[in-house]
Amino acid sequence: MFRKIAISALSALVLTSGAVRAEEGAETKDVAFSFEGPFGTFDEHQLQRGLQVYTEVCSACHGLKLLRIGSLGEPGGLNLTDDMVKEYAKGISVVDTLNNPGLIDPATGQPRPLTPADHFPVNDSYFQGTGAHAPDLSVMAKARKGFSGPYGLGTNQLFKGMGGPEHIYSILTSFTGETKEQAGVTLYENKAFPGGWMAMPNTALAAGQVTYADGTEASLDQESKDVAAFLMWAAEPRMMTRKESGLKAVIILGLLSVLLYLTNKRLWSKVKGKKLA
Amino acid sequence: MAGIPHDHYEPKSGFEKWLHSRLPVVSLVYDTLMIPTPKNLNWMWIWGIVLTFCLVLQIVTGIILAMHYTPNVDLAFASVEHIMRDVNGGVMIRYLHANGASLFFFSVYCHIFRGLYYGSYKAPREVTWVIGMVIYFLMIATAFMGYVLPWGQMSFWGATVITGLFSAIPGVGTSLQEWLLGGFAVGNATLNRFFSLHYLLPFVIAGLVGLHIWAFHTTGNNNPTGVEVRRGSKAEVEADTVPFWPYYVVKDLFALAVILTIFFAIVGFMPNYLGDPDNYIQANPLQTPAAIVPEWYLLPFYAILRSFDNTVWAVQFAHWITFGIVDSKLFGVLAMGAAILCMALAPWLDTSSVRSGRYRPMFKAWFALLVIDFVILMWCGSQHPSTFTGWVGLIAATYWFAYFLVILPLLGVLEKPTLAPASIEEDFKSHYGKAAE
Amino acid sequence: MSQTDDHAGSRRDFLYYATAGAGVVATGAAVWPLVNQMNPSADVKALASVDVDVSGVAEGTQLTVLWRGKPVFVRHRTADEIKTARDVKPEDLVDNSAENDNLPPGGDGSDTNRTLDKDGKWLVMMGVCTHLGCVPLGDAGEFGVGGADKPGTGGWFCPCHGSQYDTAGRIRKGPAPKNLPIPVAAFTSDTVIKLG
Repeated sequence: MFRKIAISALSALVLTSGAVRAEEGAETKDVAFSFEGPFGTFDEHQLQRGLQVYTEVCSACHGLKLLRIGSLGEPGGLNLTDDMVKEYAKGISVVDTLNNPGLIDPATGQPRPLTPADHFPVNDSYFQGTGAHAPDLSVMAKARKGFSGPYGLGTNQLFKGMGGPEHIYSILTSFTGETKEQAGVTLYENKAFPGGWMAMPNTALAAGQVTYADGTEASLDQESKDVAAFLMWAAEPRMMTRKESGLKAVIILGLLSVLLYLTNKRLWSKVKGKKLA
Repeated sequence: MAGIPHDHYEPKSGFEKWLHSRLPVVSLVYDTLMIPTPKNLNWMWIWGIVLTFCLVLQIVTGIILAMHYTPNVDLAFASVEHIMRDVNGGVMIRYLHANGASLFFFSVYCHIFRGLYYGSYKAPREVTWVIGMVIYFLMIATAFMGYVLPWGQMSFWGATVITGLFSAIPGVGTSLQEWLLGGFAVGNATLNRFFSLHYLLPFVIAGLVGLHIWAFHTTGNNNPTGVEVRRGSKAEVEADTVPFWPYYVVKDLFALAVILTIFFAIVGFMPNYLGDPDNYIQANPLQTPAAIVPEWYLLPFYAILRSFDNTVWAVQFAHWITFGIVDSKLFGVLAMGAAILCMALAPWLDTSSVRSGRYRPMFKAWFALLVIDFVILMWCGSQHPSTFTGWVGLIAATYWFAYFLVILPLLGVLEKPTLAPASIEEDFKSHYGKAAE
Repeated sequence: MSQTDDHAGSRRDFLYYATAGAGVVATGAAVWPLVNQMNPSADVKALASVDVDVSGVAEGTQLTVLWRGKPVFVRHRTADEIKTARDVKPEDLVDNSAENDNLPPGGDGSDTNRTLDKDGKWLVMMGVCTHLGCVPLGDAGEFGVGGADKPGTGGWFCPCHGSQYDTAGRIRKGPAPKNLPIPVAAFTSDTVIKLG
């Protein structure tokens, strides 16, 4: 009796907690990212391409303030060499001088060259004089519900992770080209954005806007996937360590469960009056 | 310690005698571990160990997180990310703590419904039950304050909404709310005091857990038959029980290992599944998220809070009879508190002479409905408020109260229970054939 | 006792030991991260080595940089300071050892063993008095270029308990027992020194 009730309650629980996250209206497309699932890993080449897209395009408006530049060289991510990280750090230009007091050289009043120990600059600049505000992207991939299908059951989210990168990809590829003026602000129609109209212009990212060093064709689709993967990594640079620790724990505990099961069975056999197995 | 008669610790060596006459701590541990425990406990009796483990897990990981966390509105969000990015192993420790709360509540609900089904709340275990309910209440308070600490959007707005409940109290409500917050709105003072109390309360809970165990070790465990252990002679006790060590220690550890395997798979592979993505957006007092939803484990009571709006006749009646003091807001708050209070009063509301639900045919159906009701309330709490969820929530909330206030008292009179076995030994033998003779 | 019982007994023992062993391994695996989390975190370790731009440090001046939470003096010495340091006889030194992490241990306290470059222009050392950890003042004390008569050029003086260091950062007078230690440092280009 109790078992039946417990099982039905449990399955109902799983279904409802998935349904909590069913998104209304906005369409999020599924992307088979390499880092999905318990054994999925980041594709370092994709992350490097994504970094290029972020650096050359997104960083003009969006900050990445929680990410330490040195993380680019740490294992489980982009795996850049120390010299590459140093060079990259030097090349970063601080757009928003107002909100990065720590990066300003007090002697000159100009931004100092960045080092791997620094974080990416804050970018709180208001773009286009519209008053619209470009959000920081440090944990964006974890801050969006994104992919919750099929049929709103949330099972894809269960089996394929958070869905934030899918949301980012969908935003970048779902502009319709329609615009409208509202209270002096131009809004751009986007099928993936909750509400359908967003302040980010449909020209934010376009095909061929970057030239990939590894020869990959820079289609809009490719660029969006790459930068979405990069932002997932930026939101959780330790994802590989986490999965590794999880796997180790599951193996050890699984083994311990088997041993404890046998021990328990043997121990109770005396009490239950059954023959030893 | 009173309770079921069994062999007690006898100090043997000189040192043992010396220590025993000064501090009988070995005796305490021995008697606790060797306590005679009913032979026939089923797998629903494992949650106590799981809960003890959860408490230790939360305290240990919590102390570690406090070493790296900064309780300041400008730094809290970044310091949590610092833990996830820079601290050695910090990503696992933080996710263990966050998901540990879910395991804690999942286990406590299993534990509570176990008690409700097998009548573990009934005499002579009322004190154990009430202490348990106080622990559950403190768990809610601790979880709520802990959820504020990462200082995300849901932290901030959850704190705003829940502390807003206090403003419903007539007369002193607003002053009370400001006292609680240390300001006119949730702010730095709130964050600091919540951090302090979130650190303190688990130790209060640990103390109450000690009392909880002490209480049921005094009365002895309940068991699936609800029949008490025979205490006439040592032989009778031995026929009904086994010592806790090693039998139940190993059984409970096996169950714990299986549950932890699943738990670590969740923490390692999908640690954010149960959390709300909005909490990865730093708190912004100028912008409310599209939907404010508490964590899953608080949803049933959140649904009860929301169900009673001013279109409900009970609310209108309360408003009229109290000359307007009780409005729908206060009614909701009272209902939420009463929902937990009803559970705590179950020992005195249940009039049946039979303890275990196993031998109560009508009770079984009503109890099953209560479990389903609980899940429905949880679903309602997760939904955007609408007419439909409003109605479902109201019906579900009403059933929750009806179960405790009407059904439990009436069933004792109306129901004809089936025959319970004469002893635990008899029940055990009927399951496992003849014990070794 | 029959043989089968014996056999079952030993199998039982093995199972119990294996379970207990696995339990210990699992507990051990859980405890290590709890200890390790207190070690320096990745952002702190990122500051284990820093690059110092010394292009703006003129002769006769020094730059104080914070490295691993402690001050490091980067001194661009004048010809006089170098000469003063090199003229010191070994028997006048309190601590006649190099105290230089860039050299194998056992080197003597001669000036060439203390400086970063062969010419002796660059002296890089910890700005922490070897007595009780105060930060010595630069261009002060009796062991600068002008000696006791003319303090003010080169040399260091610790204001806490009066320890005095010469133009090579060697202890000459006062309670401090050792020369100011020289951290691992190297030129990575003409104008950049890498500490650590």
